[in-house]
Amino acid sequence: MTAQPLVLGIESSCDETGVGIVRGTELLANVIASSMDEHARFGGVVPEIAARAHLEALESTLLAAVEQAGIALEDLDAVAVTSGPGLSGALMVGVGAAKALALALDKPFYAVNHLVGHVGADILRDPGAVDRGELELPTIALLVSGGHTSLLLVRSLTDDVELLGETIDDAAGEAFDKVARLLGLPYPGGPQIDRAAADGDPTAVRFPRGLTLPKDLVAHRYDFSFSGLKTAVARHVEKLRDAGEPVPVADIAASFREAVADVLTAKAIAACVDLGVPRLLLGGGVVANARVRSLAAERAEAAGVSLRIPPLSLCTDNGAMIAAIAAQRIMAGHGPSDLGVGADSTLPVTVVQA
Amino acid sequence: MLLAIDTSAGTSVSIVSDDGRMLAERSSDDTRRHAELIGPFLAEVLAAAEVDDARLTHVVAGIGPGPFTGLRVGIAAARAVALARGIPLLAVPSHEAVALQLLEGGVAAGRFAVITDARRREVAVTVFAARLPLPTVVEPAHLVARAAFAPTEGVTPFEVHEIPAASLAHAALARLATGAAFPDPQPLYLRAPDVTLSTPKRVS
Repeated sequence: MTAQPLVLGIESSCDETGVGIVRGTELLANVIASSMDEHARFGGVVPEIAARAHLEALESTLLAAVEQAGIALEDLDAVAVTSGPGLSGALMVGVGAAKALALALDKPFYAVNHLVGHVGADILRDPGAVDRGELELPTIALLVSGGHTSLLLVRSLTDDVELLGETIDDAAGEAFDKVARLLGLPYPGGPQIDRAAADGDPTAVRFPRGLTLPKDLVAHRYDFSFSGLKTAVARHVEKLRDAGEPVPVADIAASFREAVADVLTAKAIAACVDLGVPRLLLGGGVVANARVRSLAAERAEAAGVSLRIPPLSLCTDNGAMIAAIAAQRIMAGHGPSDLGVGADSTLPVTVVQA
Repeated sequence: MLLAIDTSAGTSVSIVSDDGRMLAERSSDDTRRHAELIGPFLAEVLAAAEVDDARLTHVVAGIGPGPFTGLRVGIAAARAVALARGIPLLAVPSHEAVALQLLEGGVAAGRFAVITDARRREVAVTVFAARLPLPTVVEPAHLVARAAFAPTEGVTPFEVHEIPAASLAHAALARLATGAAFPDPQPLYLRAPDVTLSTPKRVS
């Protein structure tokens, strides 16, 4: 194996079919096909629609990535895939394809953890972008998307990741989608709420901050809950409608967004302070949210925590981050995964490679 | 030399020579572990002593019908092998492989139906007329409630739980020999995605 292995990564854990190619930590290709539009009228990701779309997009995404990287498949040193966590039926399309690709090319097969992949996105160097310096470890990582809300302590990208906390009900991105529907805004909710909130007053309504009461901070210090928040918004909107009053969409969007950003960043910074780790990394699609970014930056600075946010194209689900983690594993001397591993919808974050 | 993959029922992977000899096959009737088994099965047939896998000329994918989640694994794998090797992908309805196997074994004659489980108390049915080298489709694959299923008079039903990939390769060879067209390598889902458009409910 070369010092900087050339790795292709396939990601299909949710509604994005991603194929990325890296050489060590250098990003060579990142191609994504999304089935988001097909889910729009349902207000959320429909697993069977997502799985069908992965199969449809598989070959074109693979070919586009190979072309973008300017390599031949035979040049690869390994094939990697997300084996979990995620939607089972969606994951299995990627797992089946990746195993077959690896075997047909006679290359080793690496099954990688999706959440660790989100952290790995940060080490990729895009030759066209500004050099952001190296990722320092240990770091706290806050991963927030439509499917996940997790707080991690990362000591090593290859073999030491600890789950500090996660959502006990809805993911934050899911809450954005549900509240958007309540307010009559289209899917996906995140960007819509962000836009509506821009003209709103974030202090107009004091929505609840889940799991922040003193007793919760004992049992669920780093866990999240967004289901109650969503219900509180629904109640508020119903009360206004019942009274025949207009619904101030901008104010409600801004107040809701503030509640989400507040809890996410407060808990992440608390983890940095409690554990004496002055570094915070953000990942996942919700990182696109303007308020989450600005509040994280503000609070990180106040707490003396350095904040890292990978480029948005690497924050949302992608295959490059999966290839990046596999490359790290290879460089650290780890062998391939067993060809018999399956998709694991609840793969724990402590398992970097299945 | 053909590599055939079917995951419409269990998982079956086979390598068959151009003259129809099965060189290697691995199969399981497990209807839940397609994503797991596809790896070792592919590795084992490609590494079989009889097989010089550099000589693969075609990949054959069984396109179902069958339970979706498993079915997609085999089609995804077949597409990936074809893409990696730069060789053509041939799609064959999985019921056709069974029909051919029944005919070649002298088990079926006249009109007969191939039946596989479609979950949700339904079966998938294709009705064939005996003909070689390729059976003729009389009624294309469709779903029927298991309780309501009654074969038409003169149609012998065969319910199967395994689709041998070697038979899939045989069907592909017969299509190649007769110049018959191949269907698109898309799964025969026969059922729309299961979604209902929910309207937000009141919480207070």
